[in-house]
Amino acid sequence: MAKAVSIQIDGIEVQAEEGQNLVDAIRGAGVFIPSLCYYEHIQPPLGTCRVCTVLVNGKPTASCTATVKPGMKVVTQTKELEDVRKGMVEMLFAEGNHFCPACEKSGDCDLQGLGYRLGVTATRFPHLFVNRLIDYRPERMVIDHNRCIRCRRCVEEVRTEAGKAVFSFVNRGKNTVVAIDYGAESELSEAEALQAMHLCPVGAILVRGKSLARPVGERKYDQPEQGWRKEEEAVDVPQPKPGAPKKVIATTSLAGCFGCHMSLLDIDEELLDAVELVAFSKSPLTDIKAFDRRCDVGIIEGGCCNSENVEVLRAFREHCDILIGVGECAIWGGLPAMRNFIPIEECLLEAYGRTTELEDSKVVIPKHEDLPELLDRVYGCQEIVRMDYFIPGCPPDARHIWKVIKHALFGQPYALTHEEFKYD
Amino acid sequence: MKPATDLPDRRTLLNDLWAIQLEKRHISDQDIKALAEQYQLSEVEIEGVVSFYHFFHRQPAGQYTIYINNSVTAMHSGMGAIIAAFEEATGARIGQTDPTGVFGLYETSCIGLSDLEPAALINFQPFINLTPQKVKALVWQLRRGVPVEQLADPIPQHLQHPLPPDRAVLLRPFLPGQTLKPLLQLDPEEALSTLEASGLRGMGGAFFPAGKKWRMCREQPGGEKYILCNADEGEPGTFKDRMLLQYLPGLVIDGMIHAAYATGAAEGWIYLRGEYRWLLPVLEAAIKAYYDEGWLGAQIPAKTPFRFDLHIQLGAGAYVCGEETAMMNSLEGLRGEPRVRTYFPVERGYRQKPTVVNNVETFAAAARVIELGAGYFAALGTPQMKGTRLLSIAGDCERPGIYEIEWGTRLAEVLDWAGATSTLAVQISGPSGQCIDPNYGDRRFDWDDLRCGGAVTVFNTQRDLLQILRNFSKFFAEESCGVCTPCRAGNFIFTRKLDKLAKGLGRADDYLEIQNWSNIMRQTSRCGLGRAATNALLTAIENFPGYFTRYFNPKSAAGAQPFDLEAAVSDYRQAVNKTLGTIKTD
Repeated sequence: MAKAVSIQIDGIEVQAEEGQNLVDAIRGAGVFIPSLCYYEHIQPPLGTCRVCTVLVNGKPTASCTATVKPGMKVVTQTKELEDVRKGMVEMLFAEGNHFCPACEKSGDCDLQGLGYRLGVTATRFPHLFVNRLIDYRPERMVIDHNRCIRCRRCVEEVRTEAGKAVFSFVNRGKNTVVAIDYGAESELSEAEALQAMHLCPVGAILVRGKSLARPVGERKYDQPEQGWRKEEEAVDVPQPKPGAPKKVIATTSLAGCFGCHMSLLDIDEELLDAVELVAFSKSPLTDIKAFDRRCDVGIIEGGCCNSENVEVLRAFREHCDILIGVGECAIWGGLPAMRNFIPIEECLLEAYGRTTELEDSKVVIPKHEDLPELLDRVYGCQEIVRMDYFIPGCPPDARHIWKVIKHALFGQPYALTHEEFKYD
Repeated sequence: MKPATDLPDRRTLLNDLWAIQLEKRHISDQDIKALAEQYQLSEVEIEGVVSFYHFFHRQPAGQYTIYINNSVTAMHSGMGAIIAAFEEATGARIGQTDPTGVFGLYETSCIGLSDLEPAALINFQPFINLTPQKVKALVWQLRRGVPVEQLADPIPQHLQHPLPPDRAVLLRPFLPGQTLKPLLQLDPEEALSTLEASGLRGMGGAFFPAGKKWRMCREQPGGEKYILCNADEGEPGTFKDRMLLQYLPGLVIDGMIHAAYATGAAEGWIYLRGEYRWLLPVLEAAIKAYYDEGWLGAQIPAKTPFRFDLHIQLGAGAYVCGEETAMMNSLEGLRGEPRVRTYFPVERGYRQKPTVVNNVETFAAAARVIELGAGYFAALGTPQMKGTRLLSIAGDCERPGIYEIEWGTRLAEVLDWAGATSTLAVQISGPSGQCIDPNYGDRRFDWDDLRCGGAVTVFNTQRDLLQILRNFSKFFAEESCGVCTPCRAGNFIFTRKLDKLAKGLGRADDYLEIQNWSNIMRQTSRCGLGRAATNALLTAIENFPGYFTRYFNPKSAAGAQPFDLEAAVSDYRQAVNKTLGTIKTD
């Protein structure tokens, strides 16, 4: 039997089993350590995602690839390590095409869960927007390469009765993907296919007809036992000094759906309080078309898909002290960015050529000097101007938006809580 | 879902793929199917291996497959004109074959001929000092049916500025088997002690003491042990192992025999990079001669005679296979992905058995240590770095080639020998090393200064540093094995970042981002490739602050980010102008 030995985690002596996987030992000691590829049944550990990086005897190490040795000194919580681990999760978001609102696994997805947990609002890396395959060829499964994080769980674990691999890495470097063997896949039983889907930490492996089995609200990360710190003490919302002039807000919706504006109005009776505190300048809410004064806060919904969006956003930057991006589209492009993989000519032909029936069978693409010109892709707002804060969500919760706005106006930046931030 | 059980040995897979590639010029669906059956693997696994190595093609790669080196030195030597000349002469576009399928034209990472650029491989035969005229003549002769082997250029030894005979270690007269004679007087323990006493460190770049490594292997229990020679000289700008393998193969084999004697291993492999396939006959002939002499095989003469068999495994185009655990995976017929570092190779290496992996130069130096004695070797160099080092010097200098230098030699002296004038920067140890300003400080090749892995690449003041760094970044993004997040995605992200800088869209805080992102990659990457991938970038910015200020636009920090609206709408304008009035077809 394994011997209990003493190791140090963040300066505290704890007991762990010699030879035990370090991730388990850290968690056993009640310390949170994120991971994505780690799956305790797979030996040797995969060590692919690198999200569980800690310091072992001073050396950066993916903790899932280390085993407990007596006297080991492990550091898990430093500002730098936390930033590095968060960076890893952000990198996966930037590398793939993760349109959470359109994903079957939303709420059951480990990557999304970690995003919430680590407070990823915007990724520090520009999204790569590489066109990736959605493979409908397998009999029972659909493989969405946009979502795959190449954790390798399926490669190691999913095999046919005869022991043949169903998945394998193919290609190399930035083009590395997980491919499926159509022959081997067809040999899997229904139960094995489902197991493969559940093994996938994201929504890359789906089983046809079974991918939405669990309703939203009952999904993995909807459950409080997943370790979310439940809503702590009520946050004090700062109030303006009595007699101070009303703060001025401007809002706009760029390449968005106005859903975030709808959400903004969703605070019901608190709207009355809001009216006491703030006045609106340029905004679709007031229908004021131009900036009539300097604004304290500009609220941006949507990213930039055309030249007008860019001009409006730049004007907002010029006229507002603080710019807050609201919703996924403002942060990195969101759903409109789904067109980033398609050449612009294709987009135009699809919109104006193939779908409209005109008698003279001519494709007419509207072109006029007053019409904004489309950008080559949809850009997140921070690619065009400096943004001060982001509120993630699709759309973000109304009360949350207001809390952030009030904090920005009258106090300090406001840290997100998981409950408010989650959007599935 | 069951674990893989008792699948057949797949160590021959790479050789099978090579045979198919050479014969049919590609690996077809049928071939994959047949191999899958033969090895009882699923097709996707074979596909995984094929697609990992870039000398294996899934589409026909031409009766003549031409690979043009795209390293920085090649770029500086006129690679563009050579590609254009090949395109014109063959009718093939780069990355494709010509319509008749006779010529296939591809770019490839450094082929180890940096001293003789522009260079190319045609059917894995080397062609050097190319000019557009030479290319034209070459293609014409190939079309006439002259065998490639007959046209291939001889590769010179290219030795420069030799050390005096009383200080040279590697580059001195040699006869095959010469360094094996002392073994008649030494038992394995004594041979090992000699090596330990010499202070020889591994020359592959990590500089781990060679004697210590051999001892660790020796002390492992069990009889099945292996000696691996890392001849996957993939670091762009390095070519000294090429010279050793071509001109002193016996010295390298001697070193491996010593390692076998010292550790008790009975079998060894030279993992030869695919780019050096043209050296295969040289090595095979050398090995055969050793067997004929009885220096390899069942009864090698020594104080305690021993057995050692030596084989060659050919790689197939993957830089990362130079990482020792990736190399072992490749030898086992797998994708060349570095392993999770649970064990050292001396504990569990090739086939999970204790394995000594050393670089070509290390084995050659070890053989000399046994021949010349630990004292001779240890008297050379510096207290921390004993002996000598081979440098591959290339780039903007009059005398590129191989230099044997004593550790402790000054960089300025070396550059002087090489005839490097008006030098802007020197890249030490290739893209994974550092970019330094030789005009600043008195740098030396030593443990705590320039711990050089072998490559010294010179850039003169005409060169564009950012363009050089973009070449490196692209190299890493292509050559990453793709398994771990930071290296696969991080290198890709960096190529985009540098593209942005090159377009003049940099911001003041880009430098801080580059530092932060590099640190993330360094702390999290699974192997040295990802950890070292941004070294050149970081050191270049650090050593050439004035040069880079123009890319980090300080004005942009406050409000608007640099964004090229004209460029962003140009696709749209083009599409609209083209499509307006197009007749609808369906």
